[in-house]
Amino acid sequence: MSERNLGEVILAVDNISLSFGVMKVLDDISFDIRRGEIRSIIGPNGAGKSSMLNVINGFYHPQQGSITFKGETRKQMAPHRAASHGIARTFQNIALFKGMSTLDNIMTGRNLKMKTNLFWQALHIGPARAEELENREAAEKVIDFLDIQAIRKKPVGKLPYGLQKRVELGRALAAEPDLLLLDEPMAGMNSEEKEDMCRFILDVNSEFGTTIALIEHDMGVVMDLSDRVLVLDYGKQLADGEPDEVRANQAVIDAYLGVPHEEG
Amino acid sequence: MLFFIEVALSGLMAGVMYSLVALGFVLIFKASGIFNFAQGVMALFAALTLVGLMEKFGMPVWLAIIGTIAVMIALAWLIERLMLRHLVNQEPIILFMATIGLAYVLEGMGDIMWGSDVKVLDIGIPQGAWDWLWDQGIYIEKLEMFAAATAAIMVIVLAIFFQKTRIGRALRAVADDHQAALSVGISLHTIWVVVWSVSGIVALVAGIMWGSKSGVQFSLSLIALKALPVLILGGFTSVPGAIIGGMIIGVGEKLAEVYFGPMVGGAIENWFAYMLALAFLLFRPQGLFGEKIIERV
Repeated sequence: MSERNLGEVILAVDNISLSFGVMKVLDDISFDIRRGEIRSIIGPNGAGKSSMLNVINGFYHPQQGSITFKGETRKQMAPHRAASHGIARTFQNIALFKGMSTLDNIMTGRNLKMKTNLFWQALHIGPARAEELENREAAEKVIDFLDIQAIRKKPVGKLPYGLQKRVELGRALAAEPDLLLLDEPMAGMNSEEKEDMCRFILDVNSEFGTTIALIEHDMGVVMDLSDRVLVLDYGKQLADGEPDEVRANQAVIDAYLGVPHEEG
Repeated sequence: MLFFIEVALSGLMAGVMYSLVALGFVLIFKASGIFNFAQGVMALFAALTLVGLMEKFGMPVWLAIIGTIAVMIALAWLIERLMLRHLVNQEPIILFMATIGLAYVLEGMGDIMWGSDVKVLDIGIPQGAWDWLWDQGIYIEKLEMFAAATAAIMVIVLAIFFQKTRIGRALRAVADDHQAALSVGISLHTIWVVVWSVSGIVALVAGIMWGSKSGVQFSLSLIALKALPVLILGGFTSVPGAIIGGMIIGVGEKLAEVYFGPMVGGAIENWFAYMLALAFLLFRPQGLFGEKIIERV
């Protein structure tokens, strides 16, 4: 996994600082993500990992620093703009549209791909209908890919947790993103579901060439999947590099075990 | 038996008139979780604008209707700009309070622009008894038949709109989870303008029907009160629920009035809907078709 050809930098985060009142959540963080890579962000609870993703897709607005996505540098993102420029994401505590079916949830992911105006849509004829069918096909492909045909029509609120996570991934994939942000895609899963999810993440990356940034607690998973790993601790950048480097980094070991370590 | 059918039918038609108002509430509640106190006033405002455009500017009916729709869309845009945008992520109760304020603003605006006297609204909807049924011995207003047909068409269009189109899905998505909706690139601002516009148009239809029936006057805004039990019965989030809830209340209150009224000295019609709503709140608070227990309002 380590010797892969990575593309140019798709996202660069420079000197980002974010605080809520006196609480400093992110302190001068800089890193980049290259096209086609799987980039992990790890760290103990409260390290600022989710905040980092929220800054990238525009939910949080950092006080300092800049974000460069596909060559455009901004002080902050807006969620709507992030989505329209090709950033899709999933959430730590699943944020699906619970009353809607699996298919409808995935179709919302196609929202930005559909352009016909309100008038045609209200009448549900002409171009709106053709567009609906076209995007329905794309949604079905995602459903096939994730192997969730059987739950196509079920309201997602009633699905088991592991499947909900999968549907959420499907909604993000349906947008055909350039950068996919996954916030703890395997949290709360059993080992079988974890294996499935790992396989999907790898397949998305290799088949569609999607760049992926993910937050994960399971070290085994992180070390297996990732091209590079960023380690945060209390909002500070602890280490950044390939899995082996990070694993051997003394500061990282200390942060995770909470004790100084004898060997080098 | 014939008499029973006549009472039930006329109740059904009256009920549809309530449904028309309730529909506007459902749309906004579905897409934003706001109980829009101003819905009744919006119906009044739309009817006033329509009459005003016809009387003061001498517009033909079709042009006046198009003009009023344009005014309602502009209004929705203003509401989003001046009100909703500044109240993102606030408690539902705060948004509810804001709509109370909106009700007063609209009422005042309607007065200033078009005057406060009772106006006759005649856009050529047929009036009087429906002859064929009259021959069978049943009296039904043509206007009410017309209202029922209009309501049916509106419900079908809205149902397709909500279930089958991108914007309909986006509306439901926004109602379900703001953050997730933002993350798939749905713009909250656009969605709000759309949903307030649609409910403004629904208010116009309700205003036309009620205005044709009993004149355009301030009391029109009070029909909103009758829509409340309809909503509790049908469920705040269900379009068909608004229709069926309205019918049940319409039929129920007419039958109760005619058959049980004499026993208690009449006037059942005035409180029947509220008692029924109360019973529903006790035993089935989500209504007949509601998606979930309503924890708001």
